[in-house]
Amino acid sequence: MTLHLDPALLARLQFAFTISFHILFPAFTIGLASWLAVVEWRWLKTGDETYRDVYRMWVKIFAVTFGMGVVSGIVLSYQFGTNWSVFADKAGNIIGPLLGFEVLTAFFLEASFLGIMLFGWNRVSPKMHFSATVIVASGTLVSAFWILSANSWMQTPQGFFIGDDGLYYPLNWLAIIFNSSFPYRMIHMVTAAYLTTAFAVSGVGAFYLYRKKFTNQAKVMFGMAMLMAVFVAPLQLLFGDLHGLNTFKEQPVKVAAMEGLWETQEGAPLVLFGWPDEERETTRFAVEIPKVSSLILTHHLDGEVRGLKEWPKDRRPPVAPVFWSFRIMVGVGMMMILTGVIALFLYWKKRLFDSPWFHRWCMLMTPAGFIAVLSGWFVTEIGRQPYIVFNSLLTSESISPVAGIHISLSLIAFIIIYGLVFGAGIYYIFRLVQKGPVPETETPYGGHGIEAPPLVSDVVTAKGEDHV
Amino acid sequence: MFSFEGFIDLPLIWYALIGTAIFLYVLLDGFDLGLGILFPFAPSEKCQDRMMGSIAPFWDGNETWLVMGGGGLFAAFPLAYAILMPAFYIPVILMLLGLILRGVSFEFRFKAHDRSKKRWGYVFHLGSLVATLTQGMMLGAFVQGISVTGRTFSGGPFDWLNAFSVMTGVALVAGYALLGAAWLIMKTEDVTQQWARKCTGYLFWHVALFMGLVSLCMPIMDTRIRELWFNPLNFIYLSIMPVSCMVMFWMLWKDLRNKNEYRPFFLIQGIFLMNYIGIGVSTWPWLVPYRVTFRHAAAAPESQSLLLIGAVIMLPVVLAYTGYCYWIFRGKSSHETSY
Repeated sequence: MTLHLDPALLARLQFAFTISFHILFPAFTIGLASWLAVVEWRWLKTGDETYRDVYRMWVKIFAVTFGMGVVSGIVLSYQFGTNWSVFADKAGNIIGPLLGFEVLTAFFLEASFLGIMLFGWNRVSPKMHFSATVIVASGTLVSAFWILSANSWMQTPQGFFIGDDGLYYPLNWLAIIFNSSFPYRMIHMVTAAYLTTAFAVSGVGAFYLYRKKFTNQAKVMFGMAMLMAVFVAPLQLLFGDLHGLNTFKEQPVKVAAMEGLWETQEGAPLVLFGWPDEERETTRFAVEIPKVSSLILTHHLDGEVRGLKEWPKDRRPPVAPVFWSFRIMVGVGMMMILTGVIALFLYWKKRLFDSPWFHRWCMLMTPAGFIAVLSGWFVTEIGRQPYIVFNSLLTSESISPVAGIHISLSLIAFIIIYGLVFGAGIYYIFRLVQKGPVPETETPYGGHGIEAPPLVSDVVTAKGEDHV
Repeated sequence: MFSFEGFIDLPLIWYALIGTAIFLYVLLDGFDLGLGILFPFAPSEKCQDRMMGSIAPFWDGNETWLVMGGGGLFAAFPLAYAILMPAFYIPVILMLLGLILRGVSFEFRFKAHDRSKKRWGYVFHLGSLVATLTQGMMLGAFVQGISVTGRTFSGGPFDWLNAFSVMTGVALVAGYALLGAAWLIMKTEDVTQQWARKCTGYLFWHVALFMGLVSLCMPIMDTRIRELWFNPLNFIYLSIMPVSCMVMFWMLWKDLRNKNEYRPFFLIQGIFLMNYIGIGVSTWPWLVPYRVTFRHAAAAPESQSLLLIGAVIMLPVVLAYTGYCYWIFRGKSSHETSY
């Protein structure tokens, strides 16, 4: 095999790698920030120290994750230029302001108030500290709003025209921001983030329950997370379905790839499993349920679903990754719903905190949300190919005038550094989990308001020991 | 569709806004990068803890100005962004990798013990150093001009690398380190402060030397800059910058001997401002020097207008709460890592 350095492929690989890595952190921090706000609110309301311990343990995990999210996010804001400069030039009039709004309304908000959230305990009042948590949580949601708006516009572009110079010009900002797939994508993603957090938190809570450690705090974590799973996991199925219907309308070729359907047919079957073979243009070894695909997508048993063959070969997305990622996402989602149902049953039997086998299951489910988010992201992004702006601008025509060798070298550098960072991050998160929600001795808020700064350096060592 | 094109000079406003964002970045992230450069030379681990503590609540917000600079350039001047980023491909990637490493070292160092704590300290230093060096080199390469054909960068991958850009890279390392040291004088006491004072005294001469060298090189290298600065009429106006720079250097020198705690930091910021304006004057009105002006690179008026509404509403708010955070964490740095 010869090593050929196709810049377009390498640039895609690099972007796919950096964005896949990045999305794990927002997926976690969006949910975690909101949850921390709820936990802190419960604490202020009830005065129950358990909530405080839970907050102070998870805020450390939040800090590690947020730090990794910020630095990997900065990379993305520059990669549009380094790897996709033609896209940046052509679509800049539209994508630029959306990303600009993200920085102005969200990025600053999160980054500034994170300092108070983490270090402000002895310096601001409890109410102000709670506000900082709420502000950071809202910041993560506003950030998701703008990023998903930009991403959705690339999927379902509208509200623009292409000038004589080949550049995209805005016609209607409301149509651009609230483009047709945006509401579905937004709700689907935020829900996914909440579920990701719920399952990560429940895994840790289950671990403590299983080991019979920190039982009170573990009940808070596990109970709240299961509550989320019970109500939100089934809702997510509904949101996902609505999103799918929108995709069927706007990007039928993506749906055909998701379903592994090659021929246009009325009463299309649902392919449960199979092997999409792009060369023979068929899905081999397919296990099908007749007519169900039509039923889901058109709500008629004999509705027409267009197959991949309707589009020329070079206008279809890569079928196998889309097909497989979709099945992984749905499969994980089903497992989440199942977990919620079991939790509900155990709660009814009054055995929710007392079923080791279920706690083991929940420990296994810890990364479920991350897997679902990543595979969902693959479905939607790979499914958009070969276009960068759907049906309008080809990915291959959008890359920077940079030689393949540089893209591949920087890709290798990213993989090494991200590997190191991610490895260390996971390691420290595991250590924080191991240490657990240890009740802290000193009063976290100290005196209300602002204190005179501590003077003696000895305080530093004394205080430093029990926080490392 | 609305546009303010008829009422105001949109490209000029955006040129000023992005210029300000990048300058704020230099000032704010400058001192925490500088602190990272000085980090391994600190007299003890306790000093290092204090140093980290003094910037831990701020670095996130500081770095956001870099996203604002990059994101703003993309939004307001997509053409310049699309040319400059490929032109600086390698240094941009190196800078980003450096920023990643130092950014995560904050969190990891707080949580690590002994040997690995030391290791994250070095990673913090290395990341800060690489980020600063590449920023300085990009600045040096920027003022020398960029090759462009049509709407794309057409130079080589190493155009940014030459003796002058290496010098500006090293110069920025010295400059940020000086800012970092002055920050420490302001935010720490005792041993750390005394050590920071020593650093300032040492770095003072380096920064003065490099500023002199760069000011000398630029007009020699480029006739346009020579004609601009040494045109008799301009010379009088423009001399405000070097003269005020020298005055501030002199005040700084006195402050360092008088043990003034706060003024050095702001004097160095003033010196940075004068240099920044100097570079701005020299490269005016080019956004991609000598090829694309800021007017030519401007996004559609509708795009610039929309984002301007956001900026007019949000920037004062952003500045207000940035100020609020600095106020909350005012005073000397203790062990702020306890969250």
